[in-house]
Amino acid sequence: MYELAYVRPQSLTDALAMLAQDDGAQALSGGQTLMPVLRARLAMPTRLVDLARLHELAGITPAGDGIEIGAATTHHDVSTSSAVRSVLPALAGLAGGIGDAQIRHRGTIGGSIANNDPAACYPSALLALGASITTSQRTLAAQDFFTGMFSTALEPGEIVRSIRLPACDKARYIKFRNPASRFALVGVFAARLPGGYRIAITGGGNGVFRWQEAEQHLDSGGSVSAIAEERLDIGNFTGDLHGSAEYRRHIAAVTVRQAISAIT
Amino acid sequence: MNVAPSTTAKFGQSVKRVEDSRLITGNGRYVDDLLLPGQTYAAFVRSAHAHARIASIDTSSAAQMPGVVRILTGQDLVDAGLAPLPCGWNLDSVDGTPARVAVHRALATDAVRFVGEPVALVIAETRNQARDAADAVFVNYEELPTVVDLRAAIAPDAPQLHADIPQNRAFTWGIGDAAQVDAAFARASHKVGIELRNNRLVPNAMEPRAINAEWRTFDRSMTIHLTHQNPIGMRVMFMMLLGLESENHLRVVSPDVGGGFGSKAPAYPEELAVAFAARAVGRPVKWTAERTESFLTDAHGRDHITTAELALDDQGHFLAIRVHTLANFGAYVSTSNALVVSYMYATMLTGQYNIPAAHALVEGIYTNTCPVDAYRGAGRPEAAYLIERLANLAAQEIGVDQAEIRRRNFIRTFPHQTPLVYCYDSGDYEGCLDAALRLADYAGFESRRAEARARGKLRGIGLSAYVEACGIGPSRLLASLGGAGSMWESCEIRVQPAGSVEVLTGAHNHGQGHQTVYAQLVSERFGIPMDRITVIQGDTDRIQAGTGTYGSRASVGLSAAARSCDKIISKGREIVACMLGVEPDQVDFEDGIYSSAATNQTVAFAEMAHAAHAAASFPTDRIEPGLVATTFFDPPNFTYPAGVHVCEVEIDPETGVTEVVAFNAADDFGTVANPMIVEGQVHGGVTQGIGQALWENAVYDPETAQLLTASYMDYGMPRADSLPEFGLTFWPSPTPVNPLGMKGCGEAGAIGSPPAVINAVCDALGIAHMDMPASPEKIWRICRQRSEMA
Repeated sequence: MYELAYVRPQSLTDALAMLAQDDGAQALSGGQTLMPVLRARLAMPTRLVDLARLHELAGITPAGDGIEIGAATTHHDVSTSSAVRSVLPALAGLAGGIGDAQIRHRGTIGGSIANNDPAACYPSALLALGASITTSQRTLAAQDFFTGMFSTALEPGEIVRSIRLPACDKARYIKFRNPASRFALVGVFAARLPGGYRIAITGGGNGVFRWQEAEQHLDSGGSVSAIAEERLDIGNFTGDLHGSAEYRRHIAAVTVRQAISAIT
Repeated sequence: MNVAPSTTAKFGQSVKRVEDSRLITGNGRYVDDLLLPGQTYAAFVRSAHAHARIASIDTSSAAQMPGVVRILTGQDLVDAGLAPLPCGWNLDSVDGTPARVAVHRALATDAVRFVGEPVALVIAETRNQARDAADAVFVNYEELPTVVDLRAAIAPDAPQLHADIPQNRAFTWGIGDAAQVDAAFARASHKVGIELRNNRLVPNAMEPRAINAEWRTFDRSMTIHLTHQNPIGMRVMFMMLLGLESENHLRVVSPDVGGGFGSKAPAYPEELAVAFAARAVGRPVKWTAERTESFLTDAHGRDHITTAELALDDQGHFLAIRVHTLANFGAYVSTSNALVVSYMYATMLTGQYNIPAAHALVEGIYTNTCPVDAYRGAGRPEAAYLIERLANLAAQEIGVDQAEIRRRNFIRTFPHQTPLVYCYDSGDYEGCLDAALRLADYAGFESRRAEARARGKLRGIGLSAYVEACGIGPSRLLASLGGAGSMWESCEIRVQPAGSVEVLTGAHNHGQGHQTVYAQLVSERFGIPMDRITVIQGDTDRIQAGTGTYGSRASVGLSAAARSCDKIISKGREIVACMLGVEPDQVDFEDGIYSSAATNQTVAFAEMAHAAHAAASFPTDRIEPGLVATTFFDPPNFTYPAGVHVCEVEIDPETGVTEVVAFNAADDFGTVANPMIVEGQVHGGVTQGIGQALWENAVYDPETAQLLTASYMDYGMPRADSLPEFGLTFWPSPTPVNPLGMKGCGEAGAIGSPPAVINAVCDALGIAHMDMPASPEKIWRICRQRSEMA
């Protein structure tokens, strides 16, 4: 890692000021992506602004008929939260399947969605459930927040504060793991919301996306077995050592069928 | 210190490992933990190109950076007379010409030949300063075409790595009788053939390579702390390479070492460059590899392409085997690789079977990849994989069961001289097979297959009957085959005046449990508690002599220890005889007590030890004071551990995912010193073997020769949650070649398991062959093709 400064602000206001003062400053949450990047000398921030202990980003609270999760909440805390388990058990399951125990005790939901790794788990849940993301400046819908692989609508210096999700007991996340990294080779979050089915797919390679054709097919009474991979745009997938685009698309369709079967 | 029980132990008991509480509570002492006064740090400038000419190196701006002590290039080392790295094994090609060994320098001079090859070395006051300055060294490369694929490397128009080595061929080595094999094939009723790849593996020891080298001007001596499996061997090697005056001017210490698997046995360029640098700057220099450096430069394992044929009579008896292997050496010949691809591989190609005729050709080939060397099994996994795949093809050809084809061909009488140099001393191959089949409920498999099919899963079962060669010896035989090093092990036992015991062994423990097992042996022999015994290793200033640990050599070092125990006990008998006024043959020794029926008196072991040092109760002109015994044990033959692995898999045809649902093994390791530790060795070995069969694969880009699997994001390590509970049993036939009857167990798991897994996958899919790793997409494509045809 290159030499850098590390600061731990006491409030969100301080954190924003520290990020604004220094173009080279980088926000640090759980560090489960950033720290390996720094160790490999693939980034050279002048300072790290540690958000992990900011009280403004902490906590899981009821919000309307759903929940609001502070950005600095760890995967472990989401997975073991009784509030999450009661109103949105699929999200607790998703969080409990990220990485390993060490990673789950460090990594945070805010850090994960701000990074928007194309193989991350959380973005699929937020997109499928129509979550809203409150930042230090505004509130965004998930579909507007995720803008492509490793890219989001966040402006420089803008920090994710919390994520608001609706209650949903008809939801399921299924991850087909990359045998090496254990990230999602394909991950599917399927939900049955009052407005209809929602299906979001992560791991394809180009960033999280919704499979609206399958949603409409189900909403109009189509059968699960008729959800065919040929109807899934191959352009959503890229290939690598672990699976071609064609294989990933196939696995996505298989996984969608499994997830939908589990909630119908 | 280790935490050992205050009770006596027996050899053969599952005593808990005395080293574990220290290691798992963070009290290990590894090379990187050592900080010396005046410490400096090294960082390497490494090639980002797989093949390029070095036009120039500009270190001027890097040299001005904060904290930089010295920058060394390859030319600096050549100018100072530093010798290139040695090749530890001399082989001739079949045409009689000696192997073409490429010059391998600690830092590249004229050209770089694989990604990650070290080009320059920066020494600085801190690790970060060294890295910063290494980034600022500018190397002007002229890129050259690369070659990764073995067949491409020997094509007439292939890019050539070394100017004096045409077609990148180090040698074409042969073994066996080709005419006999041809005759056997001519009269064979059946033939089966195969072409397969044995995939390249990255060793992935938990602790990365590290060195801390210190030069002392006042006595022109060097101390090197080194993560290594053989510090004593490295002393001679580094003394010669560095041109030191004598062995006495170099001390090598390998303290706690976190895993080796063979990858910490070679002499590496980085370590040589750091040792050289320490003398050049007159201050201690430390280097610890980062994980990316480990992926790029720790000697890789395997990487063969093989074509082979097996000749059968009409009953399925094996008549002859013919093998042609292309072995990837990488860019240079690593220390032991010429041995690994020849006598550690081709000699084992007849497996557990009575095959009268055999012939193998092995071509050693340079490519623009990391050098390859011994990796858990070192040649024997490649041999077992080949013969065990052929055995299953033979079963299909003849139309008999996998177990039956093996039964028909097992060697049944020992000693057995194979057509490929080795003479197997002992074994019970059919008994072992039956034990494994019972454990695996082989008879009940078809009902499990049917039950799986009802769930939409394809279930398959695979057998593998492996035999391997451990212990390595005698030295004279190895020398006649081209070896440049001896193969004995030594053990000195020192009994102190108060009866505590030091056991000094030249073997090296980097996870094998030596500190427990040696103590167990001594505890039983002397009848003294485990906590009275300290096992000392890994320091050339303390250890008399030795050969290190590789090739499952515990039997050699422990045999030396057993003989030293016997010498101590025997001297004690003479001392006690004087104390009691009887003849030595009137003194018995049992459970730590000397006794004489003649006088009805007893002397405890500790009392005898005190008497030996007090030297007051015996005539010192006849019996020397003190109580020390040293043994050098040169094994009269290799040992030949063998076993049968049975793997069951279930494949989901919709995704191509293979799950190992059962894994059972019966192993003949001869005498088992500590069943718990031995089972742990099998667990680890089988896990690595399943890893090779299903997930692990080092992949270079065919165009750029960049390593595509250079991190755990892309290199598929096996994990505990992907494995079933293993069912293990021992079926020992103790060997007569050493006093303990031990055969060795460290590598067997990695040797027997890959063919068992692939045989199971092929059985599940009903196919003849699939190369490792059996990845989900490959399997899915087979399943899809079949469903389209159906």
